[in-house]
Amino acid sequence: MSDETNKGLLSPFRRKLLMGMAALPAITMLPKTSFAQAPATSAVNTTGLAVTDTEVTVGILHSATGTMAISETGSIEAEKLAIEQINAMGGVLGRKIKIIQEDGASDWPTFAEKAKKLLVNDKVAAIMGCWTSASRKAVLPVMEQYNGMLYYPTFYEGLEQSKNVIYTGQEATQQILAGLNWIAKEKGAKTFFFIGSDYIWPRTSNKIARKHVENVLKGKVVGEEYYALGSTQFNSVINKIKLTKPDVIFTDVVGGSNVAFYKQLKAAGIDLSKQALLTISVTEDEIDGIGGENIAGAYACMKYFQSLDNPNNKTFVPAFKKMWGEKTVIGDVTQAAYLGPWLWKLTVEKAGSFDVDKIAAASPGIEFKGAPEGYVRIHENHHLWSKTRVGRAKLDGQFELIYETADLVEPDPFPKGYQ
Amino acid sequence: MTDNRFFNRSEFIGILVLAVFLVVILPLTLDVFRLNLVAKYLTYAFVALGLVICWGYGGILSLGQGVFFGLGGYCMAMFLKLEASSVENTKIQSTPGIPDFMDWNQITALPLFWKPFNSLTFTIAAIILVPGIFALIIGTAMFKRRVGGTYFAIITQAVAAILTILIVGQQGYTGGINGMTDLRTLKGWDIRPDHAKVVLYFFEVGCLFACIMIAQFVRHSKLGRILVAMREKEDRVRFSGYSVANFKIFAFCIAAVFAAIGGAMFALNVGFMSPSFVGIVPSIEMVIYTAVGGRLSILGAIYGTLLVNFAKTSLSESFPELWLFGLGGLFIAVVLAFPNGLAGIWGDYVQPRIERLISSRKSKPAGWTDSSVADGAPAE
Repeated sequence: MSDETNKGLLSPFRRKLLMGMAALPAITMLPKTSFAQAPATSAVNTTGLAVTDTEVTVGILHSATGTMAISETGSIEAEKLAIEQINAMGGVLGRKIKIIQEDGASDWPTFAEKAKKLLVNDKVAAIMGCWTSASRKAVLPVMEQYNGMLYYPTFYEGLEQSKNVIYTGQEATQQILAGLNWIAKEKGAKTFFFIGSDYIWPRTSNKIARKHVENVLKGKVVGEEYYALGSTQFNSVINKIKLTKPDVIFTDVVGGSNVAFYKQLKAAGIDLSKQALLTISVTEDEIDGIGGENIAGAYACMKYFQSLDNPNNKTFVPAFKKMWGEKTVIGDVTQAAYLGPWLWKLTVEKAGSFDVDKIAAASPGIEFKGAPEGYVRIHENHHLWSKTRVGRAKLDGQFELIYETADLVEPDPFPKGYQ
Repeated sequence: MTDNRFFNRSEFIGILVLAVFLVVILPLTLDVFRLNLVAKYLTYAFVALGLVICWGYGGILSLGQGVFFGLGGYCMAMFLKLEASSVENTKIQSTPGIPDFMDWNQITALPLFWKPFNSLTFTIAAIILVPGIFALIIGTAMFKRRVGGTYFAIITQAVAAILTILIVGQQGYTGGINGMTDLRTLKGWDIRPDHAKVVLYFFEVGCLFACIMIAQFVRHSKLGRILVAMREKEDRVRFSGYSVANFKIFAFCIAAVFAAIGGAMFALNVGFMSPSFVGIVPSIEMVIYTAVGGRLSILGAIYGTLLVNFAKTSLSESFPELWLFGLGGLFIAVVLAFPNGLAGIWGDYVQPRIERLISSRKSKPAGWTDSSVADGAPAE
């Protein structure tokens, strides 16, 4: 109870009224550690991290160059925004956050090298970073060996759980199942056609989707095709779609390939207002490249859209645009990246310490009410409880919220019956 | 001016300086993290060394050395991955005892071609033989048909592209784009802690010097002279009765085996292997290391590799968003201003001065000052 009010008090998104009325009576009940002004460094840092009496160092590790830069820039921006806001509120345990940014350069070994540098040389207290599964897989052994703390923002394939990672995006079952249920019910869909980029995330996601379609929805998968990353020729698969006439096209094509895919779909005369298409890989960021007119009518299934109508998001979006420019768009992963620094701050305050072991132990149960997507909570397995939402792409490149799950969906990185 | 000694004096001093630098100075001045980075850079020095023989001496420009680096690296990584995937370590999987990425791809038994990699002896043999034989096949197919120059370079690029696509596409067997991560032990010996990194570093430096000796031997033997002759006027060598193709194949195979040893060292030192070292871009980068260092100089190539990689790391640490421009500028500057790379600068400017300095103090010993310049002459 005292915990909840504490979080509410520290969140920048709570209205003043709420803060005053709801939190005041509870202040007397706050645990001492989380309220004390600046506890001694020796007490909050017993493992030699870069924490001084006034500062704590945190690493940001994304691709600022290379093919992934276009996707990861949003995450860097969101993390910097969150850290600036936290500093404006007085920092963490009375210490301002200092950022050391490293470039993973879209190259997985470089990610591992830089993660090691951040942990061993700079002794950062936490790392906000990674984007692709490949970069996370490269960094994971480093995090475990040198006992670091990574906040990873991307929706991903699951099948992983580590003491040293908090996954702020959705794992595959969280993202996919509710969306499939909705479209099966809403559109009476029975037949599905899967198209993905050829690497671990789409393959695992489609595996889960296939089991769900066949075993739970009692439908049929009429085609499953994969294309190399960066591929731009989708004509043959579009012909197959025309032949098989599936009720739903289910796609997890990533990156620049999307531009070619949706343009060729449109050119082939497939009208997305009639043909149902459910994507789990297109966020507002991608629509920027695809063009709203090419994808309008498609459904996307994830946990956040920039257009979400809630008080937190109404403060978050303008703050983001003020810092990074009016033209920026905010996709699902950008929002998830924004959660990282906040969740870390809340956990540090609950643990009363920057020590990685204590943070790992204190993470389950941490709640963040100021999340732009709405309330989130960290599960025992270090993933987030979050809602799943379906949005329909509009001409202006935004999504219109069509459906959201009533409750938070439990993260299940090792789903039984789906492996 | 023929010099029958294995080293001339300046070469001997050069190798001695490099040895002192790598064995004494670096380990004493750097912390383990930086030393491990140097170990990573040195894995590329093996490739650069091979390119000196193949490109600098043989005149065969290969833009596909990443292929051999990758083959060596994957052979090593497969052994290490199998050891890391013991039944106890992989209890959580639906099929314990196989590498994690196979489990994610619904493979339920270890594929046949993986099985021999349970043996370290086989793995070490494979690291040398697989790339060696592969180079032999490509070399024979190309050089026997007298495909050379630009066409050969293009074909090696194509091979690099094909192998990358193959590795990425067959992710159940290769780990796909993620590569093979989380390599832990070598015959039960943990390769991850600091003291292991130091041991591996010295082991690698030892292997590097062994390769330097082989390269030096090739360069100084009659074989090396034929390679140079071939580079300068291929037809004359052919008309003199030599089989040009066989010499080219040999140079290409040596370069491939050196690259593979580098790759295996990489898997050991860095603890993983991924297709991003196999493709076209890393292959070209490896050529750049050699070009910066000086493609005619064995030691130059090693210093070049160290310098470029060091610049890469420090520039990217200081300017995360701009560093690529700085690095690009460095390459253009070196290639435009100093076509023979660092070794060229050394040979043209620094060395003559040092020698003048020495000879002004002592009486000049006859005949060794000019012998070192012969190798540094431009390729035209």
